[in-house]
Amino acid sequence: MSEPLLCELSVPGRVGFRFPEVDVPQAPLPEGMLRQELPLPELYEVDVVRHYTRLSQLNHGIDIGFYPLGSCTMKYNPKVNEEVARLPGFAHVHPLQPEETVQGSLALMYQLQEWLKEIGGFAGVTLQPAAGAQGELTGVLIIRAYHEANGQSQRNKILIPDSAHGTNPATSAMSGMRVVEIKSDGRGNVDLEALRAECDESLAGLMLTNPNTLGLFDENVEEVVRLVHAAGGLVYGDGANLNALLGIVRPGDLGIDVLHYNLHKTFSTPHGGGGPGSGPVGVAEKLVDFLPGPLVDIIEPGDDEEPPLYGFVYPKKSIGRVKAFHGHFGMMARAYTYMRMHGKEGMRMISEYAVLNANYLRARLRDVYHVPYDRICMHEFVAEGRWPDIPDIQALDIAKRLMDFGFHPPTNYFPLIVHDALMIEPTETESLQNLDAFADAMIKIAEEARSNPELLKTAPHNTPVGRVDEVKAAKELVLCCGFRSTDLSSK
Amino acid sequence: MYFSHTPAEREAMLRTIGVKSLEDLFQAVPAAHRFPDLRLPPALTEMEALSEMQEYALANESIQELSSFLGAGAYHHYIPAAVDSLLRRGEFYTAYTPYQPEISQGTLQSIFDYQSLVVALTGMEVSNASHYDGATAIAEAVTMAHANFRGKRARVVLSPAVHPHYRQVLHTYNHGTPIEVVGEDLDLTAGPEALIPLIDPQTALVIVQYPDFFGRIYDLTHLAQAAHAAGALLAVSVNPTALGLLKTPGEFGADIVTGEGQPLGIPLSFGGPYLGLFATRKEYVRKMAGRLVGETVDNRGQRAYVLTLTAREQHIRREKATSNICTNQGLMALAATIYMSLLGKHGLRQVAELCYHKAHYAAQKITALPGYALWSNAPFFHEFVVRCPLPVDEINEHLLEYDILGGYDLGQDYPQLENHMLIAVTEMNSKEEIDRLADALAVLSYEEEASYE
Ligand SMILES: Cc1ncc(COP(=O)(O)O)c(C=O)c1O
Repeated sequence: MSEPLLCELSVPGRVGFRFPEVDVPQAPLPEGMLRQELPLPELYEVDVVRHYTRLSQLNHGIDIGFYPLGSCTMKYNPKVNEEVARLPGFAHVHPLQPEETVQGSLALMYQLQEWLKEIGGFAGVTLQPAAGAQGELTGVLIIRAYHEANGQSQRNKILIPDSAHGTNPATSAMSGMRVVEIKSDGRGNVDLEALRAECDESLAGLMLTNPNTLGLFDENVEEVVRLVHAAGGLVYGDGANLNALLGIVRPGDLGIDVLHYNLHKTFSTPHGGGGPGSGPVGVAEKLVDFLPGPLVDIIEPGDDEEPPLYGFVYPKKSIGRVKAFHGHFGMMARAYTYMRMHGKEGMRMISEYAVLNANYLRARLRDVYHVPYDRICMHEFVAEGRWPDIPDIQALDIAKRLMDFGFHPPTNYFPLIVHDALMIEPTETESLQNLDAFADAMIKIAEEARSNPELLKTAPHNTPVGRVDEVKAAKELVLCCGFRSTDLSSK
Repeated sequence: MYFSHTPAEREAMLRTIGVKSLEDLFQAVPAAHRFPDLRLPPALTEMEALSEMQEYALANESIQELSSFLGAGAYHHYIPAAVDSLLRRGEFYTAYTPYQPEISQGTLQSIFDYQSLVVALTGMEVSNASHYDGATAIAEAVTMAHANFRGKRARVVLSPAVHPHYRQVLHTYNHGTPIEVVGEDLDLTAGPEALIPLIDPQTALVIVQYPDFFGRIYDLTHLAQAAHAAGALLAVSVNPTALGLLKTPGEFGADIVTGEGQPLGIPLSFGGPYLGLFATRKEYVRKMAGRLVGETVDNRGQRAYVLTLTAREQHIRREKATSNICTNQGLMALAATIYMSLLGKHGLRQVAELCYHKAHYAAQKITALPGYALWSNAPFFHEFVVRCPLPVDEINEHLLEYDILGGYDLGQDYPQLENHMLIAVTEMNSKEEIDRLADALAVLSYEEEASYE
């Protein structure tokens, strides 16, 4: 490949984009405050368009092919969502405009809050958090504030199952909480004995991912919730896996007190090469007053002629803001469109087909790849990427070889409780033919692992670059490239 | 809906799994709560959904229909057509975090370009791949500074002229930590040097905004020196457009530069998604939060890019990570990268100058009106505060009748600034628009006077 870097493409003196000339009398520039150099690239539009187009061609994306990246719900991102987010009435609205000039945005946010409440079984929802991890932070801060308001500020311990995502412990630590890990039992559920032993008066809460990161619905979830509540703690739900539960069960009905949704997973907003996401948080009645502000509410009810008047309100004991302005509105507009196009029936079909597809792949692969907790799974499952008879081959080799077949590899080496984990989440938007092609490739790779292990060890072969040297990257730390700096006056 | 299964395919799949029906897949879910009857409306087709969304969008007044002088942390700028055209490539926007470098070089190299551009713009040495926004970037700077001193310094000196939302987020993040924040009650008219007496040996970080929330620009050299003399770090939250013209925080001696990257080619979108900038000096790179891309080679000897120093991050370090951030603002960083690539050195300078000159013209026109005066004599960039003869919301209501979106009412955040308006002017405001704003304000003063008589 070797697409040049911007700094290599730059040609001193080349001018790309021009703005209109100044149409007002010029003011003197502030003396002593001007930069002498502005070492940015000098390109024209053709350079730039080709550079980024060529770079894009080095990527795999959902639009190109199957992307079974477990825990990330890489479902198809509908094109109409992109049109909606770019409607001038949405894209060109300032966040601080008077409320009466943004009734469309506020109505949409209000309705989205309502639908998320309904789907999750919660009494209140904030749309402010930027992503799942920020939703977690919001939730843990709400839990802390709740205990403080009840005169229980000694509650500073958060329990986290050993199967949890890294953001759960990282979030708890950021909120000044003490993290205690709880192991999983032989069926992949939270170990009730281990949980019981930690249920004491320092317990602030438990962060539960259900279905968990093995893709399994915790069979004891009601008992887990009961134990935590009985000890005075609250249950946080990591909603990364909500794609398994739409119209199947409402987390709030199971007693979960706080949960974050991921609009960028469950509700089809694109992952953008790493973001932006959107991580709304739903809470039970007793936590509504602690939500970050502002929330959207109806200020004056509507009638037959007039729609309601929407506006921002601040919850009484709010933990405060977690973000400037009102959250990722552009993601909300996309998620709203998606929800509107699925409705009540479609919502349940999303999860039914997500679970069907995952179980189908599990059934097709379980004889070839060891599935350590082999029962009906939810929207994803975890297989081992290793075989006892060929110890040299690891999950990484299988993942890399999959790329040669045109597939994005599954999440690997997570969850940590499975050796050489391959976490496979097909999502509901894949056809039977795509699933079969993937299963065939996986089975072929298992054969190759024995007949020609070198093929795996040296994979991938058909990608723009081969295996990269991560150690060199970390050791030599080349993190940017300098632009030739010519004097500004030479313009 | 985006499903493909025919009834026959569905049956075949169920047979392979060994269950009879879709319901059978959900036996682990407590029966009492299984299959709730959700109160959601019926599904719409794409055609119907789009028209419903258009109705919502039309219920807003967009700034394409208004002349906007509203800024306060989110700015109306021209976005070259090529930016969105490239962002809409599915290869970019339907990918995720580039954990698999062999099929993510497009994302990785774009992030490397982004890091290079941010470093060049801010005068720092390293940039991460983004934070959520300008607010959380500051909150993460506090966490980084606190960790840098191994928790031994817990004081943060925070300028009251930092965006009110950013300060609120900082407080939310620090609730429950030992961090103590001072400085927000200082006199607003004072410059950043008023912070110096608050810097003590317990201080981990000093935070200012540049240009500050009121649009003012100050030389930060003395502040940086004072922070360093006490062993503390200096963080500067920037408006990146201003750095097309002004000295960089790096030149003043800043240790961390954060900022809101929205002005770099990202639409206003009612507040998000935007882009949190974060750059620092090399010595702090291991303390920094967020993704980082480094250059390396592949096994074929080709140059390649990869996520690096991941041992700082939550997926490796769990509760010992520098932050919990996982998903960041990837596509927004790409927008900023493309914007900066297109504008380049000359374009960014030109847009900064346009903003500067137009804002100064507007300030001169408005302060020539009776009852209006500049609140500060400090130099400013593209935003300024005017003391008004009337409550700001009344003025704005009047301006809206002229299809003008007035400035930000500072009394909302600063009681001492009642009747003070923060006005932003960018390249999007023509001279004619600025003149119309001044004329509309003049009419109001005239009406006001008339009503007294
Ligand atoms: C189970 C789980 N929890 C939390 C997160 C964090 O979410 P985000 O990346 O949106 O911050 C992820 C992310 O991939 C996840 O898989």
